[in-house]
Amino acid sequence: MPLRVGIDLVRVEDVARAVRESGDRYLRRIYTEQEVADCRTGDGAGVDEERLAARFAAKEAAIKVLRPDDQPVPWRDIEIRRMPGGWTALELDGRAAALARDAGLEELAVSLTHEQGFASAVVIAEVPTRCR
Amino acid sequence: MSDEIRRILAEHARLPVPVDTLSDDADLYQAGMTSHASVTVMLALEDAFDVEFPDHMLTRGVFESIDSISAALREIQAAVA
Repeated sequence: MPLRVGIDLVRVEDVARAVRESGDRYLRRIYTEQEVADCRTGDGAGVDEERLAARFAAKEAAIKVLRPDDQPVPWRDIEIRRMPGGWTALELDGRAAALARDAGLEELAVSLTHEQGFASAVVIAEVPTRCR
Repeated sequence: MSDEIRRILAEHARLPVPVDTLSDDADLYQAGMTSHASVTVMLALEDAFDVEFPDHMLTRGVFESIDSISAALREIQAAVA
């Protein structure tokens, strides 16, 4: 079965700068409440910028799989969820979900990574043969 | 408006080339603006022009060039006026 794949790489310092300069405005535009909660540091006062950067990379990778052309896809329509077993899953809402439905994409799989100042993510989806 | 947009791009777009070497219709992504840099540019534009980009304008095309950014800002300002 044919696949669609998306990948993105983000510099963690870029996310850190956005948090410093725009704070909650940045967080609210890009991330869901659950994503921010999943990225809170141990004391809950700050956010782990590596985790945020990885989630941003995952959103961009998902957008590449969805192939919106020039249709708008709000970043919050794509949510990265941390599963109890430690892996991450991707949930779509709104316009992102509509694009997936139109393309016949039933599930998008995601994997995140971050190290040495960079974060990356890859998203893969199977494309039903009738929707190639 | 174009001068202010150029100032914001110089500060936030993380371009590997000077903004003043780019024409108003130059493709900013091809010039090196990353997807995350387009987010910080968007937030800075919102601050500078006291607007908020609505969801239907969160497209690659809106932030593709100085011309497209200008057009989007004028559309938002006209809608608010």
